[in-house]
Amino acid sequence: MNGIHDLGGMDGFGKVDAPPSEPPFHDAWEGRVLAMNRIMGATGEWNIDVGRYWIETLPPAVYLSSSYYRKWMLRLERLCLARGLVTETELGSG
Amino acid sequence: MQLRVRALETVLTEKGYVDPAALDRIIEAYETRIGPHIGARVVARAWVDPAFKQALLADASQAIETLGLEQKVGDHLIAVENTPSTHNMIVCTLCSCYPWDVLGLPPAWYKSTPYRARTVKEPRAVLADFGVTLPADKTIRVWDSTAETRFIVLPMRPEGTEGWSEERLASLVTRDSMIGTGLAKAANEVGA
Repeated sequence: MNGIHDLGGMDGFGKVDAPPSEPPFHDAWEGRVLAMNRIMGATGEWNIDVGRYWIETLPPAVYLSSSYYRKWMLRLERLCLARGLVTETELGSG
Repeated sequence: MQLRVRALETVLTEKGYVDPAALDRIIEAYETRIGPHIGARVVARAWVDPAFKQALLADASQAIETLGLEQKVGDHLIAVENTPSTHNMIVCTLCSCYPWDVLGLPPAWYKSTPYRARTVKEPRAVLADFGVTLPADKTIRVWDSTAETRFIVLPMRPEGTEGWSEERLASLVTRDSMIGTGLAKAANEVGA
């Protein structure tokens, strides 16, 4: 599917900023998001392609302005809601 | 974001979908055990053992299996060999696919828009961002990863390392040299 995620060859993003080393997670919540995604992926409620679809269909402005793990978090929330695993009310009161 | 993540974890825990201790174990594995040192072992073995190198280039997933690593490597890992005439780079233009099992989690720049957008169009300019300049007549081959097929670069063995042990050779193999945004360290860059 054509979309904002299809970045190959696009101009205008500037230099690659690559520090010589960096920690696996830049904030503790990033690790929680990665691990929750792995565990929820293993439930079989969705597969890797479905998971990608829900990142790729984030609004383009959100996609471009969100960090990697923020996108993973938005994806996980959207998927859990779409599959009826959680409700908006539960997320709000969690 | 931290509060929002905690809210989701709390709800999923209460409903029995996730166990916080299991999350801890996954995080710990990526923070301490799964990283580019695994890929470095693979490369060092390929440098000293021609039969292993041949097997690695034929079917990397299967060849790496024989090293008895902690975690099973994905089914479609492909090793691409740097030679005097060809340099390889890996990217995932669509997202962030990366050989986690042998390199650990991808660095943030690998997942960044500039790297994903530019590597397939101007790989030499991207290499310049990493301080790497290659001869103009060297072919650069860029491999775009997918969720199913991931790549690892087999960098060239540095000169002056004849007779080195595998362990010492592995210390020359950087993460970036296995992505193709760098080269293996020179022999004089590491201690004896």
